[in-house]
Amino acid sequence: MLAKRIIPCLDCDLGVPHGRVVKGVQFKQIRYAGIPWELAEEYDRQGADELIFLDITASHERRETMAKVIEKTSENVFMPLTVGGGIRALADARTAFNSGADKVSVNTAALKNPGLINDIAKYFGNQACVLAIDAKRRYGREPGKEMVDTPDGECWFECSFYGGREFTGIDAIQWAIEAEERGAGDIMLTSMDRDGTKDGFDIELTAAVSDSVNIPVIASGGCGNPEHILEVLRDTNASAALAASIFHFGEYTVGEVKECLRDGGVHVRM
Amino acid sequence: MIAIIDYGMGNLRSIHNALATVGGNPVIISDSKSLSDADADAVVIPGVGSFGDAMRNLTPFSDRLFDLIDSGTPLLGICIGMQVLFERSEESDAAGFGLLAGDVIRLPDGVKIPQMGWNELAIRRNNRDTDLLAGIDDGDFFYFVHSYYCVPEDERVIVATTDYGVDMAAVVEKNNIHAVQFHPEKSSKKGLLILKNFVEMVRC
Repeated sequence: MLAKRIIPCLDCDLGVPHGRVVKGVQFKQIRYAGIPWELAEEYDRQGADELIFLDITASHERRETMAKVIEKTSENVFMPLTVGGGIRALADARTAFNSGADKVSVNTAALKNPGLINDIAKYFGNQACVLAIDAKRRYGREPGKEMVDTPDGECWFECSFYGGREFTGIDAIQWAIEAEERGAGDIMLTSMDRDGTKDGFDIELTAAVSDSVNIPVIASGGCGNPEHILEVLRDTNASAALAASIFHFGEYTVGEVKECLRDGGVHVRM
Repeated sequence: MIAIIDYGMGNLRSIHNALATVGGNPVIISDSKSLSDADADAVVIPGVGSFGDAMRNLTPFSDRLFDLIDSGTPLLGICIGMQVLFERSEESDAAGFGLLAGDVIRLPDGVKIPQMGWNELAIRRNNRDTDLLAGIDDGDFFYFVHSYYCVPEDERVIVATTDYGVDMAAVVEKNNIHAVQFHPEKSSKKGLLILKNFVEMVRC
């Protein structure tokens, strides 16, 4: 039986020579966590199932720095590696794959040019294209949007881009369905309302999107403890959960999270 | 040396690094002449791309590949590199190598496609003991990424299976032909162990 995946996310600041992993709170304040490939090796030892490296500056100029980070990581870490942030065109994707990445995640560039999803899927396979969605709750009925019931009232979910700085008016559920049709292999779904809060994942968002598509959904944003991951993987159809700060700052190991999941009846690779 | 066939479709760094890490001497071979000139002790067909593209790009290598296999050189097919060893695939009109009898068909309805993630091996111990899986236990996890799966005509080639909507071949072996549906180069320690077993098989 396929195991649910636990994915540490390494938010990388590539403005320093070898890059460094940082963590922001609701897309703002920054804390420093470590050297990317050293953290990657530690997560491999702990039993992580996959790793995501995000260039938080989303800087086209620094894609070579990210390539070096991935090259260095892939010397010693043998699990799937995803690169995101600053992937604007097929050439950026190719740079990432040549450095040892298995997948790229796209967000802003795909919202501006949805054909990028088709292109990446066509040239590198569906499995190589992760669509990242940063979604924010919008309460109140709006025509043409997918309305979802939540304990706080009815809402729809709006996609944002440019790292959460701008909004698109696009419905996150509809965008996920379109991305699947265009060939995306995974949806990395981040709740902007929960990101960095440690209040737990947005269950309604994750359930709504993972019930609407037939490709795996990675739940992201809001993880504060292993029970949050148990909740989202037990109560929704998400295939994976992503977390950053609970791992980076040594609050929990991946192994501890998996023990909690196993004890809660979620199938994981121990 | 172990020849990794580069058929122009993506990242070979992982399989190269993984084989080197476990003591192999991998060389990426990008054209058929290099494969003819190379003194290959073993061949790896890595797993990237779709069936049709893979067959189109592999065809120039085929004469030399058949010679190597006929002469007993160990072959390891990974993912799509396993699927191309069979006769045909629902994914494409292109014919496969037909080194193993059987078809490649799409994963069943009712599961998320592609299968993407870590799944368990069920080893058919009553089949035969195999050096490739030395040290691998029933229930060990490996990383799979695929939308199609192999249905060998001869059940006896199936060494291990995995369950994803259907119980399917995950490891097949026939003489010097070895193939895995998962990615050992992406399967952490247990994946490296399988590659180490292959490297040691080559040495013997």
